[in-house]
Formats: sequence, structure tokens, C-alpha cells
Amino acid sequence: MLKGRNLVDPRDFTTEELDSIFAFTKEIINRPEEFAHLCDGKILGTLFYEPSTRTRFSFEAAMLRLGGKVIGFSEPGSSSVKKGESLADTLRTVGSYADIIAMRHHKEGAPQYGAKYCPVPLINAGDGGHQHPTQTLTDLYTILESKGSLNNLTIGFCGDLQFGRTVHSLIKAMSRYENIRFILISPIELQVPEYIKTEVLGQHGLNYVEGERLEDVIGELDILYMTRVQKERFFNEADYIRLKDSYILDLRKLESAKDDLAILHPLPRVNEISMEVDADPRAKYFQQVKNGMYVRMALIAKLLGVR
Amino acid sequence: MLNITSISKGLVIDHIKPGLGLKIFKYLKLDEADFTVALIINAISEKHGRKDIIKIENKIDIDLAMLGFLDPNITVNIIEDEVIIDKINLTLPDTVENIIECKNPRCITAEERDITHKFVLINRDKGLYKCQYCDQIYS
Repeated sequence: MLKGRNLVDPRDFTTEELDSIFAFTKEIINRPEEFAHLCDGKILGTLFYEPSTRTRFSFEAAMLRLGGKVIGFSEPGSSSVKKGESLADTLRTVGSYADIIAMRHHKEGAPQYGAKYCPVPLINAGDGGHQHPTQTLTDLYTILESKGSLNNLTIGFCGDLQFGRTVHSLIKAMSRYENIRFILISPIELQVPEYIKTEVLGQHGLNYVEGERLEDVIGELDILYMTRVQKERFFNEADYIRLKDSYILDLRKLESAKDDLAILHPLPRVNEISMEVDADPRAKYFQQVKNGMYVRMALIAKLLGVR
Repeated sequence: MLNITSISKGLVIDHIKPGLGLKIFKYLKLDEADFTVALIINAISEKHGRKDIIKIENKIDIDLAMLGFLDPNITVNIIEDEVIIDKINLTLPDTVENIIECKNPRCITAEERDITHKFVLINRDKGLYKCQYCDQIYS
């Protein structure tokens, strides 16, 4: 039962609960008109303390397609945050108006902390470089759709694995499935944080390797998860400039990849995937975007208890 | 050889890692005490070579979790009538609150007011803790 729950960490839900969300997502995709009034009279609060278009639009579109309404801010400067209101008070206040809240915050752990004060279900829409569990639902659904299963997969993560919150969340989520192998490709400076290695990969005894060259391993992969080197996460611009073009996926690199490889990317893309790859049937990232809206529809409905 | 008078009733915090005694002394606010307290630094230890010791001529409440977090090898002796009536061996606590602060500048604890700095033990053998909010690891 997901009614009234929060989604802060990708492992907040059991794999069975995830299955129920994915099954409902598929129903919505197949028959969207049936669910167009599921959230009539309900309000989603969107608190975006950090700039975002696609995630915010995805949440808003999801609620609107369910018949609900949306309130919120996309710039903290236009809210009481500018007056110095604490996160706890903002959540208590908006939680008095809205039935459910999606929050993106620049500080890591903000949703974990805020959930203690939020009187309605709180969804983590990304916290700094830490976690992004609704992107993970999207990623899992897209993998399931592409491969038919979430087990027995070799998954390559490539790019900024240090600050890539979608990477951290997907590793956490996939660590619970059977026979998963991770290949982590990044510059040494952008390797996954220590807590992911210690707490997730280490404790579960998972099979993982780290490397710096995509070309060496691309032929082994069932899933290739590309990420952008995120300018906004660097304190030093020189480091960003040095590392930003470390990996560019093009058709030449894909020559040695499997025919049924699925290429994912949380978007936005800068130049880490060449445009020529977009037409390749292995490119799933635009399908991934669409899935994101449907999976958020399913999530909102489940947390509100209307389904 | 330095002799420190034994206490008749109170606590002896023994086997403190050398150098940590003063930190614990200050943390327990013993510098403000109106009863007899002794801080012994670099005493000879048969087990560890050197150690710090704190003797407190009063039965006060002390945070054993905090002491265990700072140094799990500490022992706390409870004294009555100049005799040790109980000896408490410390271990690393499962959680610690407001003893250390998260050093990750991206952590919510760096921004939100009145937030509890909480760390959870994730590996007892290696003494690893993680911040409850941002998952940053500390040893």
C-alpha cells in the first residue's frame, strides 16, 4: 500500500511495490483517457529550489493529465524562501494547501529532512548531486520495456558518476535485482562517491568494475547509461572545462555494441551523445522522457491512494 | 611518578587515547565543574603504552554514546567507597547526534537552521559512519 507514503530514496519502495507502479504505468500508457479524471479535485505542490524544466514539466503534465491542479514555484527567489523561511516551515505551509508535494532542492538530504515536517506525501524530485528517485522509476520502466526484465543485465554508467544523482539512484535501485553487473566508466575525478561503493556495491557483494574507456567495454553492455558532466555541480570552472568532453558517444563507438543495447540518458544532453545516434533504434532516451511522465502519473495516483 | 589521589565516589574515564583527554574534558564541561576533577595526560599504560585518564569526584551523567564514538576503547569505572563497583566497556554507538557536523558543503545540514547532525554506523569493523541526510562517509 503506497497511500500516504513518501518517495525520498530509490529504495523506499519494495521491488513488489515498484512492480505495481510499473503495471499501472503500462495501463495508463495503453488507456490514458480512462485515467483523465483520477485526480479531480487534488492539488500537486511543486517546490523547485533549483532550476529545472523537464522534471517540473513532467510532474505538472502528469498531474494535469490525471485531472488534478498544480501550484508551486520554480524559482525560490519568488517565494518566501527569499525572506528566510526554513525548509521545514515551507513544507508545513504548502502541505496545508496541496495534497502531495514534489520538491527539488540544491542541498543533499533536503527531502529526507523535509519529510519529517511535510504533512502530505513528499516526492524527491532531485536533491543536489545525491538522489533522483523518480528518474529512477523512469529508468527502470524504460529498461523493463526494452529488455523485458530487470534481472540478468550488464549496465554501463558513463560520464559524471560523482555528481550524477540519477546514477546513484539507479545503482541503488538495480542492486536489488538478480545477476546485475555494473561497469562504471568515468574520469578518476568523477568516480561514484565512496558511500555508493561501501554501502551499496560493497555490502551487496555486487559485481562491478571501474574503468576510464568506454570503447573497451561497450560490447559487453545490455544497458548504456550516459550522463552529462554537470557544470552546476563544480566549484571550480577549470575542472569542468577539463572534464566536460571526456565521453562522446557516436555511431563509430556503437559499431562494437550489441544489437539490442539500450542507450539511456536522463537528459538534458549537451554533447555526450552525437545527434547521429538519435535515429539508431538502440537510442531510448526520448522514449525515456515520455515514460517519465506516465510513471509519475502512476506514482502520484498511488501515493494519493486514488488507485 | 605522578600520584593522583584516588576518588571515593564518582567516575574514572580510563584508557583514553592520548591527546583525546582534553577534548573529552571540555566536551563534558568539566572545566566548569564545582567538584574535584583530574585530567591526566600521557599516563603509562600497560596495554597501549600511553593513555589519558579523567577522574571525577562526583557521579554525573555522561553521554556514553559520545565517548564510544570518540574512542570505543575507553572504559568507564564507577567508584563507590574507593572501590570500582562497575566497569563499562564502550563500543561504537549505532547513531550519534550533534557530536560532529557533516563537512559536505552540499548537505542540507549546511543550510537549514536547527537541524540535528545525525550519523549512522554502517561498518563497525572499520568504524564507518554516514550522514543521515547526504550519505557522506566518515571514519
